[in-house]
Amino acid sequence: MLKFTDEHEWLKLDGDVATVGITRHAAEQLGDLVFIELPKVGAKLKKGDAAAVVESVKAASDVYAPLSGEVTEVNDAAVADPAGVGSDPQGGGWLYRIRLDDVSALEGLMDEAAYTEFAV
Amino acid sequence: MNTDTVEIARSASPSAEAMRRTPLYGLHLRHGARMVPFAGYEMPVQYPAGLLKEHIHTRAQAGLFDVSHMGQLSVRARSGDLAEAARALETLIPIDILGLALGRQRYGFLTNEAGGIIDDLMVANLGDHLLVVVNAANKAQDEAHLRAHLPEGIALASVPNALIALQGPQAYVTLERLTADIDGIRFMDVRATRILGASCLVVRSGYTGEDGFEISLPADRAEEIAEALLADADVLPVGLGARDSLRLEAGLCLHGSDIDAGTTPVEAGLLWAIQPVRRPGGARAGGFPGAHRILSEIEHGPSRRRVGLRPEGRAPVRAGASLFASEEDPEPAGAVTSGGFGPSLGAPIAMGYLPTPLAEPGTRVFAELRGQRLPLTVTAMPFVPAGFKRS
Repeated sequence: MLKFTDEHEWLKLDGDVATVGITRHAAEQLGDLVFIELPKVGAKLKKGDAAAVVESVKAASDVYAPLSGEVTEVNDAAVADPAGVGSDPQGGGWLYRIRLDDVSALEGLMDEAAYTEFAV
Repeated sequence: MNTDTVEIARSASPSAEAMRRTPLYGLHLRHGARMVPFAGYEMPVQYPAGLLKEHIHTRAQAGLFDVSHMGQLSVRARSGDLAEAARALETLIPIDILGLALGRQRYGFLTNEAGGIIDDLMVANLGDHLLVVVNAANKAQDEAHLRAHLPEGIALASVPNALIALQGPQAYVTLERLTADIDGIRFMDVRATRILGASCLVVRSGYTGEDGFEISLPADRAEEIAEALLADADVLPVGLGARDSLRLEAGLCLHGSDIDAGTTPVEAGLLWAIQPVRRPGGARAGGFPGAHRILSEIEHGPSRRRVGLRPEGRAPVRAGASLFASEEDPEPAGAVTSGGFGPSLGAPIAMGYLPTPLAEPGTRVFAELRGQRLPLTVTAMPFVPAGFKRS
């Protein structure tokens, strides 16, 4: 099940590792993406740290770490094809995977219905 | 994530009541535009095609822009003598307006006592008066400045027309389908024409680096004429997003970013706009605010210059980034004033200011981006070749 943050990110938990990306709503608002920078594998992120950068023609946006943990994998395909993140942000356009320090912290995030209510 | 665009989209609706609308507001909504607040107006930032497609389409075919938020001012001598109006404007604008031929337009700027640029503008000679077109964000201030400084004998009036720009290699053939009278019109020619029977003023100019037209037209006919242009398969509506990326690739200044009250025309690389007659040794040299500084910079060179910059790699370097002479230098040498991604180039581009010794094309400098120093190369502008029809 997907969880959502008020910073327009989604997380999908598998064991203690969460896949993180930007929401469809965020991708629509940003428009055509032209550049993506991802954290380094092994980086230890604290909740709220600037973890990644997604840039449209017009603007750069930080993607903040939704929870604390260690980066285990990044999506190199997203870096190679930023437009692909824009077209499939909640699927093939995922950004990175993070081993959560505290899986229970996920409970505090929104489910899809709550996020939809929040974002629209 | 912290997205400016998301914030803009959210804040647009509550503040909408206070915002002004152009005569093309309904058209924007019908074409699915995302509206944002800009210079006090609700303006389209992009349409469903999206910024990238709008940009590429304008360079390949044609794009239609609503620029009705810009200020259109008529300057007229009460005596009826156009030369009197031209002389009066020359006391505020350091270009040759007296020598501007009937039916021609010229680029210029209002300067302040320090030689800085209050606003950049276009001046056209329409025979019985001069038409001055200024930036939307500055129009109230410009009008007040002109009123405060023009003599009694000069009448200034705001022209309530809509203003649209049709830009791109297909602009001419598209416009020609709606009007018979644009034959032989050259870059910066101004011509009174009828489009679908409405009296319009057509200028062959624009802000994209492409061939094209800016058309001043009656507000109550604007929607019908814009829709007629959009009915052409070659024409897409284009928002402010692509307007900015197009002008950046064309190396054109945005007032408030690349030029402002603290930058002089010589520093900004706009000396070409100051004709020899207003320069040292010219028959009407000086005689405008900041002449001392500007004429001195013409003779001795400015200490810094506006430059084009090509970042190495894919990361866009945005406005506000500090520029350094080396990877280690603790002190910034300059700053980026506009930067982003050039869709036609498929690469990041920027412009900014650097000390004159660092401003030569080919010079390598560094920008600070997220705590790292990224190399950029000083590059001649425009970044993409211009498509103007000069003859």
